Amino acid sequence: MTAANPKMETRGLNFYYESKPALKAIDIACAANRVTAIIGPSGCGKSTFIRTLNRMNDVVPGTRVEGTILLDGKNIRDPGVDVVDFRRRIGMVFQKPNPFPKSIFDNVAYGLRINGHQSKARVEEVVERTLREAALWDEVKDRLDDNAFTLSGGQQQRLCIARALAVEPEVILFDEPCSAIDPIATAKIEDLIHKLKQRYTVVIVTHNMQQAARVSDFTAFLMLGELVEFGPTEKIFTTPASKTTEDYITGRFG
Amino acid sequence: MKRKAAAEFLGFSLLRLALLLVLAVLVIFLWDIIRKGGGQLTWAFISQLPRRGMTEGGILPAILGTILVTIVTALLAIPMGMFTAIYLNEYAKQAGLTRIIRLAIRNLSGVPSIVYGLFGVILFVNLMKFGTSILSAGLTLGLMTLPWTVTASEEALKTIPNSYREGSLALGATKWQAIRTNVLPYALPGMLTGTVLGLARAAGETAPIMFTGAAFSLPFLPHSIKDQFMALPYHLYIMATQHHDLAKARPLAYGTALVLLILVLGMNSVVAVIRTRFRRKRRA
Repeated sequence: MTAANPKMETRGLNFYYESKPALKAIDIACAANRVTAIIGPSGCGKSTFIRTLNRMNDVVPGTRVEGTILLDGKNIRDPGVDVVDFRRRIGMVFQKPNPFPKSIFDNVAYGLRINGHQSKARVEEVVERTLREAALWDEVKDRLDDNAFTLSGGQQQRLCIARALAVEPEVILFDEPCSAIDPIATAKIEDLIHKLKQRYTVVIVTHNMQQAARVSDFTAFLMLGELVEFGPTEKIFTTPASKTTEDYITGRFG
Repeated sequence: MKRKAAAEFLGFSLLRLALLLVLAVLVIFLWDIIRKGGGQLTWAFISQLPRRGMTEGGILPAILGTILVTIVTALLAIPMGMFTAIYLNEYAKQAGLTRIIRLAIRNLSGVPSIVYGLFGVILFVNLMKFGTSILSAGLTLGLMTLPWTVTASEEALKTIPNSYREGSLALGATKWQAIRTNVLPYALPGMLTGTVLGLARAAGETAPIMFTGAAFSLPFLPHSIKDQFMALPYHLYIMATQHHDLAKARPLAYGTALVLLILVLGMNSVVAVIRTRFRRKRRA
């Protein structure tokens, strides 16, 4: 099952912690301007998988990657690739909201500033635009100088989304973005993901199957580091090819 | 039930007693020095040169000497210690060699200060030909302070959550950008605290400066960092044990001790102020 127009793709992706394999020969193609969900029981390797997509696991000692990861058809693991540059093209929203201990404004402006955009007018314009995109502007426009820790958990997560959008990525990775926030805040973030796919390619890891069904166009089901099934979300959730997938989505285990 | 409660009471009482003992020692110690040295603490005492074989006059050269030596110590220990800590915690592979280096650094902090003194004589005074001077003594103390600075700075860096580093990297920061903009600013208060505690300890050391630059008596002020100098802790040692007229020197010894204490406590308070200010800024 391959998407017609893959923005990002893994081929034969293996991943090891020390010598223990965590991902085995994973082939997943993430279609451009679509949402691809990665589901599976705890410890199946879904977070590990999404963290290899922006090479965030490079910074974890004792890990090893094998295989090909393509972004627009180019292998991001080639020796010549500038990891810093391509990480800017792939935004990431983490499991636990991780605002920096700075003002709301400075959080969103952070990525612009480290990438060398200093013009005040431009930074202000981008901060407002991305906070609007993240559906947070109306709640924070009068308190941009407040510390980001004063926001609620759901607001912090939307702030992290705005912060990721500010550097104009092409792909956005969500690593269980709603696992630490309440249902109402979760609904807001799901709405947001729907809107984001018009402009970005989205990959989301979730342990919540309803969420995967609601937000994604394609779903990959991982178990014990292996890709069990990958296809259009509708098909996975109505007529799965594999018995294991069916058992999982009907709640027989996991 | 009753027995449990009794055991609980006994345990708490023991812990309280231990705390009270520590406090009592501290209070008696401070009270003794303030009572006997307080009378000495005049403007003349801290602004004049010693006179009549150090039985009269002030201790200005010793105060100035200690301050100058501490500055040299700081110039060596602060940047080197912080950079080493940043390298060890942020860049070095957490494998065999790094662990050995870290262990060696921890062990160095247990080396007696007199050994550092001898090492300073060999390296700075003789080999590098800095002579017995402020420079040699300051560098020796700097080496002695380094293990403390490195360890304290590393501990401070460890308290910064990994999500700050990863969050920054994910936005396209280089490793150094992530460290400089999103780790160091928040680790700095902690790094500074540990460093200044180390400096305060160095300022009160006698053994490492005895052979490397401190003079028994120099009734004038140093002109350059290649000069010998008087220092408060060494002066105190002399006034308390080596002076030819111990009875006459005794009050001045207490005065010197008090000045040294004030200097060291002053350094620590400055850090406390900086730390609270940083913290307020971070939470604001």
